[in-house]
Amino acid sequence: MKRVFADLHLRLNPNDPAYAARILIKAASLGYGLVAVPISPITHMQDREKIIEICKSVNIDFVSRVNLQARTRDQLMNQLRKLRRKYEVICVSCENRQVARQAAKDRRVDLISFPSVDYSRRFLDKSEAELIHSGLAAWEIDTKPFFLLEGPARTRFISTIRRETSIAKDFEIPLVLSSGVSSELLLRKPREIAALAGLFGLTESSALDSVSKVPVSIVRRNREKLGSGFVAPGITVLKEGNDC
Amino acid sequence: MKRSKRRYLLLQIDSDGAPSQRDFLDAAWGSVTKLYGESGASCASLLLINFDEDTKKALVRVSLDALQPFRASLALITRIADREAAVHVVKVSGTIKSLREKAAR
Repeated sequence: MKRVFADLHLRLNPNDPAYAARILIKAASLGYGLVAVPISPITHMQDREKIIEICKSVNIDFVSRVNLQARTRDQLMNQLRKLRRKYEVICVSCENRQVARQAAKDRRVDLISFPSVDYSRRFLDKSEAELIHSGLAAWEIDTKPFFLLEGPARTRFISTIRRETSIAKDFEIPLVLSSGVSSELLLRKPREIAALAGLFGLTESSALDSVSKVPVSIVRRNREKLGSGFVAPGITVLKEGNDC
Repeated sequence: MKRSKRRYLLLQIDSDGAPSQRDFLDAAWGSVTKLYGESGASCASLLLINFDEDTKKALVRVSLDALQPFRASLALITRIADREAAVHVVKVSGTIKSLREKAAR
């Protein structure tokens, strides 16, 4: 079966539909079938509809995503309670260890990400990995820093990601590779993103899974949960009423 | 001596300007050398076979073992001749014939 490639982190400005359309057309031409766009909870419904329309016109499956940046554990829980049923993908950008631990445990979180170049706030150690393993979240790596950093900064970034990938492999944490870009010329084909993953020790097949199988399964699982008939995993209401 | 296996790649350059063959080669070699060093770059056996300035398409040959590292290097090209650019792999083939047909289309 043909792989569906996904980019779960494409930054678009909903207020600039012309530029958003150009990026989405480019993403479609590069082979992406599914794209998640972070939309802030305060974004107007009309702007969101515009992006959905553009996605439909270029034959891309649109996924709504929200990035949560909580400062405390309680703040994160509060945000999750409010937003879980409104978005198909929820990503927590971990600002401190307390939030990182809570995000790893919470089964409402889909993706966990860490600040790219702030190495003091990358909390993917063995304890964090163990918690992620017992939950449902996947670890997201944005490829944008690979393009923007140069020289020793890029070397350090690759080395950090390699170390964290090795921990993630040991604990069988699902990995999602996203672009995280907002510019046309920084978009790359899914197979090129997978080739980049070779830099930090992923095999070709697991890298390809990180841009197709893993993100697609997260979206499918959440769509099933957000559907009206969902009761529990594997249990769905087909019909209700007096004639059942 | 056993001949090493090779792969031919059809590349599409995405850029605002029209880079020359020299600009493209400099960017490709520069990226491979930066990422894998001179020793790694030498293992790639990179050879430019054809470059079309009008369509911004290039045909290159690399050794099979260096295919994925070379793809990663190409992905990391963000500038060609001081202009923002991206290089995408259109097709990979074991023979040059099918790539020439695709490039002509």
